Amino acid sequence: MFSGGKDSIVMLHLAAKAFWPARLPFPVMHVDTGHNFPEVLEFRDRRVGELEARLVVASVQQSINEGKVVEETGPRASRNRLQTTTLLDAIEEHRFDALFGGARRDEEKARAKERVYSFRDDFGQWDPKNQRPELWNLYNGRIRQGEHIRVFPISNWTELDIWQYIARENVEIPQVYFAHERQVFSRDDMWLADSEFVTRSEDEVVVTRKVRYRTVGDMSCTGAVESEAETLEQIIEEVSATRITERGATRADDRVSEAAMEDRKKEGYF
Amino acid sequence: MEFLRFATAGSVDDGKSTLIGRLLYDTKSIFQDQMESIEATSIQMGNDYTNLALLTDGLRAEREQGITIDVAYRYFATPKRKFIIADTPGHTQYTRNMVTGASTADVALVLVDARHGVVEQSKRHAFLASLLRIPHLVVCVNKMDLIDYDEKAFNTVKEEFRNFAMKLDISDLTFIPVSALHGDNVVERSANMPWYEGSSLLHHLEEVHIASDRNHIDARFPVQYVIRPQSDDHHDYRGYAGTVAGGVFKPGDEVMVLPSGFTSTVASIDSFDGPVSEAFGPMAVTIRLTDDIDVSRGDMICRPNNQPTSSQDLQAMLCWMSETSPLAPRMKLALKHTTRPSRVMVADLQYRIDVNTLHREENPETLTLNEIGRVSLRSTQPLFFDEYRRNRNTGSFILIDEATNATVAAGIIVGSGT
Repeated sequence: MFSGGKDSIVMLHLAAKAFWPARLPFPVMHVDTGHNFPEVLEFRDRRVGELEARLVVASVQQSINEGKVVEETGPRASRNRLQTTTLLDAIEEHRFDALFGGARRDEEKARAKERVYSFRDDFGQWDPKNQRPELWNLYNGRIRQGEHIRVFPISNWTELDIWQYIARENVEIPQVYFAHERQVFSRDDMWLADSEFVTRSEDEVVVTRKVRYRTVGDMSCTGAVESEAETLEQIIEEVSATRITERGATRADDRVSEAAMEDRKKEGYF
Repeated sequence: MEFLRFATAGSVDDGKSTLIGRLLYDTKSIFQDQMESIEATSIQMGNDYTNLALLTDGLRAEREQGITIDVAYRYFATPKRKFIIADTPGHTQYTRNMVTGASTADVALVLVDARHGVVEQSKRHAFLASLLRIPHLVVCVNKMDLIDYDEKAFNTVKEEFRNFAMKLDISDLTFIPVSALHGDNVVERSANMPWYEGSSLLHHLEEVHIASDRNHIDARFPVQYVIRPQSDDHHDYRGYAGTVAGGVFKPGDEVMVLPSGFTSTVASIDSFDGPVSEAFGPMAVTIRLTDDIDVSRGDMICRPNNQPTSSQDLQAMLCWMSETSPLAPRMKLALKHTTRPSRVMVADLQYRIDVNTLHREENPETLTLNEIGRVSLRSTQPLFFDEYRRNRNTGSFILIDEATNATVAAGIIVGSGT
């Protein structure tokens, strides 16, 4: 699973290293909400091309068109939750037994309980109370037909580890991660990008700010932080000094409730 | 930077969460939004103080019931090292969780309440830490503030623990008197205990020597994947990818491949960043050999004069983890050892061990959830292993229930034969 975000970029880099000089023996899948940052889509296509990998795009728009999910409406509408259906349909269509994901345990408290090999049943559900114990480096990937495993190889990495690795390995990342001038408006103490995918209310005024993104998800629910960090060294300095977690600073999708992530994961979310 | 993984053990009342909270707080590893979130939840739950346990209790059920269900992982760093904490709950599923958290730990941290001394649970922690051969055991004698920072009381606990630990195989045992609540000897040395001459807990964790804990003697390379690019640039390339499980490999080394027994020479050790001059654990590399011999996933590359035991019969200590069915003789299970899957039959259940008293009950009929026992297993094909005490990578395995696909046991190899 490749979103074009920094964690999946690192994971793709690790995979390319692991199988070198052969190509990846599996395709790269992007769950496309249709609300992506254009810079990120451009990056995705270029990176997949460089690796000569096969790209599978699972489209939320297509799920909407086919009537499998219904678009949310109103100013807070987001396609975040709809992705789950699109993802699960794609897993079934391509008959994937396992999917690699770039989730990290330090991101979020429900993810802190996630296994490296996370078992999903026929419905794609995660059952946090009934997880397989993981001992040493011996992973149990056995499944029955219709079930699958989500594999999170960088579970134990922190946000800082990711940035230090990107700097050490000279990994290319989309420009939205570096400080840049952008048209934004303030909502819930976050800077959201002004785009065709969000409906602003009258008192949400667009201003120009120098910002960067700490996480990259949908344009409709990913907030930017004000920043002057234009280089990797400056980003590492900023991340080392920050007192707010990356999801706390930037993700509206986690703010729905205290257990927002846990609930979405149980339904089959990443 | 070097990584240190440590597992904590203790019940809620020992102040384990407070100690972890203190380590995280004093190393500035708790973020403002996390702190605000747990403060708000603490008030909602009617707690008098900010409950630092909420930091790790990530599931709704855990927060509702105020208990920890599952191992939680936390991360922090100092300028010297990066740390991964496996916080293992003291209540339900205790043994299963501690074995899971401890299986990869460099250090085990056991908490003892200074007022109560060594209780049954402390003994259980020490036994599991020694069974899993965690190289370093640190006993934090907590709540020193409640006994007026009394040196004599600390020494009594120390002696008591030592007496029990003598029956076990623990190579490095350290005692630190702390007050997690007030921070004494957690990050900074305490002014309240001038009689204590050792390091603070954090200082100890930063300095404890772990580089030599790995096996650098017996060369072991379980083949994980065969790399054959099938492209024009690398037409004849054939490499064996995996993670070094022991010893050191260098180009030019004479090696033997098991089970075939063919010998060859290491032509090169490859990585994405170019060839490397030597590979040791836990490096992930690709080994190429000078001869085209049959090597596939699950095979073991070693040295002809230093081979692992190759046998279908193994002796092991098992920690049984199934909630639904007990282990019994004649049972058949799937086994995963290194990169080699196999099937085994339980040939004999020799004894069950009481983790609190170390008492052995001979010839029990079953092992049930969270019980530990000694078994003989017969495998469908030869396995290539070392004793766990010599090599954690080639001496450990898991057992899987073939009907449910659940992981039902952790296994520690203690020998071969029947």
